[in-house]
Amino acid sequence: MAERRPFSVTRLPGFTAIAIITFALLYAPIATLVAFSFNGSESIAIWGGFSWRWYAIAWQNTAVQEATVRSLVIAASAAAIAGTVATLAALGTTRTRPFRGQTLIYVLVNQPLMVPEIVTAVALLIFFSGIKLATGYAGLGYLILAHSAFCVPFAYLPIRARLEGMDLSLETAACDLYADRFQTFRHVTLPLMAPGIVAGVMLAFIISLDDVVITEFVKSAGQDTLPTYMLGQLRRAVTPEVNAISTALLALTVLLLTVFFLLTRKRD
Amino acid sequence: MRPTTEATIEAGRVRRNWLLAAPALALLLVGASGPLLIVLVYSFLEPGEYSGVIWNFTPQAWFEIFLKRDIFDGTLGVADAHLTIFWRSARLSLLTTLITILLGFPTAWFIATRPQSQRALWLFLITIPFWTNLLIRTFAIMEVIRNQGVLNTLLLRAGLITEPIQILYTDTAVLIGMTYVYLPLMVLPLYAAIDRFDFRLAEAGYDLYASRLQVLRRVVLPLVRPGLIAGSILVFVPSLGAYVTPRVLGGGKNMMIGNFIELQFGQGRNWPLGAALSMLLLLIVMAALLLYVRVSSREKPHG
Amino acid sequence: MVPEPPPAGNGSSAAPGIAVEARNASKEFGQGEGAMRALDDVSVAIRKGEFFTLLGPSGCGKTTLLRLIAGFDTPTSGTILLNGRDITADPPNRRPVNTVFQSYALFPHLTVLQNIRFGLDMLGRKRAEADARAAEMLALVRLEGFAARRTAQLSGGQQQRVALARALAPAPEVLLLDEPLSALDLKLRKEMQRELKRLQRETGITFVFVTHDQEEALTMSDRIGVMRGGRILQIGGPREIYNQPANRFVADFIGETNFLAGEVEAVEGDLATIGLPCGSLTVPATGLGQGQKVTLAIRPEQVRIGEAEGLPAMITGNVYFGTDTHCHLELAGGAEIVARLQNAADDVAALDEGTSVRVSFAPGSVQVLQD
Repeated sequence: MAERRPFSVTRLPGFTAIAIITFALLYAPIATLVAFSFNGSESIAIWGGFSWRWYAIAWQNTAVQEATVRSLVIAASAAAIAGTVATLAALGTTRTRPFRGQTLIYVLVNQPLMVPEIVTAVALLIFFSGIKLATGYAGLGYLILAHSAFCVPFAYLPIRARLEGMDLSLETAACDLYADRFQTFRHVTLPLMAPGIVAGVMLAFIISLDDVVITEFVKSAGQDTLPTYMLGQLRRAVTPEVNAISTALLALTVLLLTVFFLLTRKRD
Repeated sequence: MRPTTEATIEAGRVRRNWLLAAPALALLLVGASGPLLIVLVYSFLEPGEYSGVIWNFTPQAWFEIFLKRDIFDGTLGVADAHLTIFWRSARLSLLTTLITILLGFPTAWFIATRPQSQRALWLFLITIPFWTNLLIRTFAIMEVIRNQGVLNTLLLRAGLITEPIQILYTDTAVLIGMTYVYLPLMVLPLYAAIDRFDFRLAEAGYDLYASRLQVLRRVVLPLVRPGLIAGSILVFVPSLGAYVTPRVLGGGKNMMIGNFIELQFGQGRNWPLGAALSMLLLLIVMAALLLYVRVSSREKPHG
Repeated sequence: MVPEPPPAGNGSSAAPGIAVEARNASKEFGQGEGAMRALDDVSVAIRKGEFFTLLGPSGCGKTTLLRLIAGFDTPTSGTILLNGRDITADPPNRRPVNTVFQSYALFPHLTVLQNIRFGLDMLGRKRAEADARAAEMLALVRLEGFAARRTAQLSGGQQQRVALARALAPAPEVLLLDEPLSALDLKLRKEMQRELKRLQRETGITFVFVTHDQEEALTMSDRIGVMRGGRILQIGGPREIYNQPANRFVADFIGETNFLAGEVEAVEGDLATIGLPCGSLTVPATGLGQGQKVTLAIRPEQVRIGEAEGLPAMITGNVYFGTDTHCHLELAGGAEIVARLQNAADDVAALDEGTSVRVSFAPGSVQVLQD
């Protein structure tokens, strides 16, 4: 019976078991959350059969509707702005001889990844409250500006990776084949970096859609996004309605990630 | 004449690079970096009566981080309440880092030793939670550990306990939540390091009579150390500044620095103290990152 | 066929029949202390319709020279002329010169046909004309059925052919090839060498070919320029380069060579007597002075082993190579040389180790190098 497993360098005792447990721990809470969003009963602990009722309730809730639209508007604007400036910045900082200030640009662009969110949130709260007082403007602009800023590194990194992986000689070849600078960019550089741009914009969109902390501090009254609305709900009685909203958001994230995954997958 | 043209071309190239980066830099200066300077200034001002600040320069807020003035006799004493919060933040962040290493290393190892065709899928399974809304993940943990949650219900049904264990709104809840939320940040850099590891080196170790544990300790760990350090920084830094997880799972009492900072801008009405705390947090995080850059650049020559 | 007709010569008088010329071209990378001189005052004139090879070890400046001709880099000083016209300041897209890149640099987002058409499209050629030309090019490189393929789906040899077709499609005045065969395995490389030769004959285009492979250079070229340290050491036909190397580096880099250090003992007309530790040797040579230190270069296949006449030597070892045997000898005085002996069908042309023999050299095979 005591059959010895053949020796393998890659096997360490217990590691596979811990890994499997980790994956289980990672997915069990999410699975619970999703499952209870379909719970028919009023209770959040007892299973009362499959039902779409919490989705229906969330769907008809005007606060949820408004927060959803606001979230999408902010995320789309932020992704578009961050994607544009990140594309330009990536073109300016890759495939070039090192130049004075390059590190500074790099640090500034990635700054939102390094500074704790709560610190940025506080900084923006102080800054924007001053501007609000001075100008009287209290629209979505502040949120869009803040979201665009912290989305820049998420858009920048995949675009930069794409550009750096690009064979420099391709543009040289285009130039050799009589393409001027604009033609080279239009026919060679842009089509080749396009997957990076799409990936970057999508990541920026997800990141913006997910943000709680900065939004919570920057938003004016009545500017709840979906996550801040949910945070507000958690303070009161928890209802499976939040599960339903969470599951819907989760589904959207997984969908976007799958597309991202397929886009960035290396084509041999 | 020609050297000048070459220098001009190079200068033009640099100018072009700056022009391309300019919109991003402008956006970040207004929407992220610039306001940090205002926070620095605010940390040296006096608190306003209801909120905001009075423009008197004073280092008072920085002293207040550690000291408090007795309301009765006006003597200075150590701010115990503040120290408790700092200690909780540091302890929970370190424990989170430790637990994510214990779970994350075998997981990363497992993924890196799968056949090439399966690896992307396993990694994808790690990245889904990573990109999923932090609030949703925290909420999912809350669902599990609540008194009427799945965990307690199961334990009750199994007869292992007679009444629900109070986990929610304790430090343990915050620890569980942060471990859950930041685990992918540990697995990903560890995977990258193990993936680069040349398994022929492990073979050489076994060939030279090392046991599995010895190979792990003497060969594998030293070589994947950069990944381990990167993962630790990636987990420790956001743990220390965590806001959402302690707020939802700690329930107001078990504050961490992030919540304490918020308090100063809300009920606390002490913007300068909040600003000083923010700057302190930023300093600690920068120190950790700098340490990481130092260590990783020193390790590079070894491969 | 060129993007813009060359204006009338701007005073610089080029010899007729010269396609491309570098005059006193230098190229430095970096500035000040860390500056690296990749090309050092190089002048070379490449004739119309010839297959010219730049040969040298890596870092000798051959690729730099090619990039100056293509226009990817600007010389620090000096000029590049095409058909006698100064093109130094022209960007690459204004030069009727095309390059086959070492990495091929095929556009991965375009098909084979689109790759080949790229230059024609950029030149604003009519659709029908470009299609016809591209089809012609596909036929020329024997890839007729591959027009719609993605370049990633091709083998190394096929990618190489596409790169060639793409560079040839606009009918450049000069085709530059930057180590195009280095990524191919030996068998494919030999095949492509013949293929390149054929293409050059059929198109009549001037080829400038860069390689570090001396055999490739010898077999394919009309003329070779041997480079080292940013300079051209010798320009000549393959036979000239092989048989009359200008200096020790050329002799050593191309083929195998025995070197013997000696001193001029006497000069009589066209003949010089060179003193060696193991005796003396009279060889045809000019421009030598008595007492001058020289190096004699002799190819291994020119070494004769006999018993009657020549320098005394002893056999120290034999290495069998299939077609021939390398016989290692030690001359009196300690110098070592190698003789390459052809193996007969039924016999290995080797002598026993330790045998004392006499060594002589084929008439006219000894080169006297003064450096």
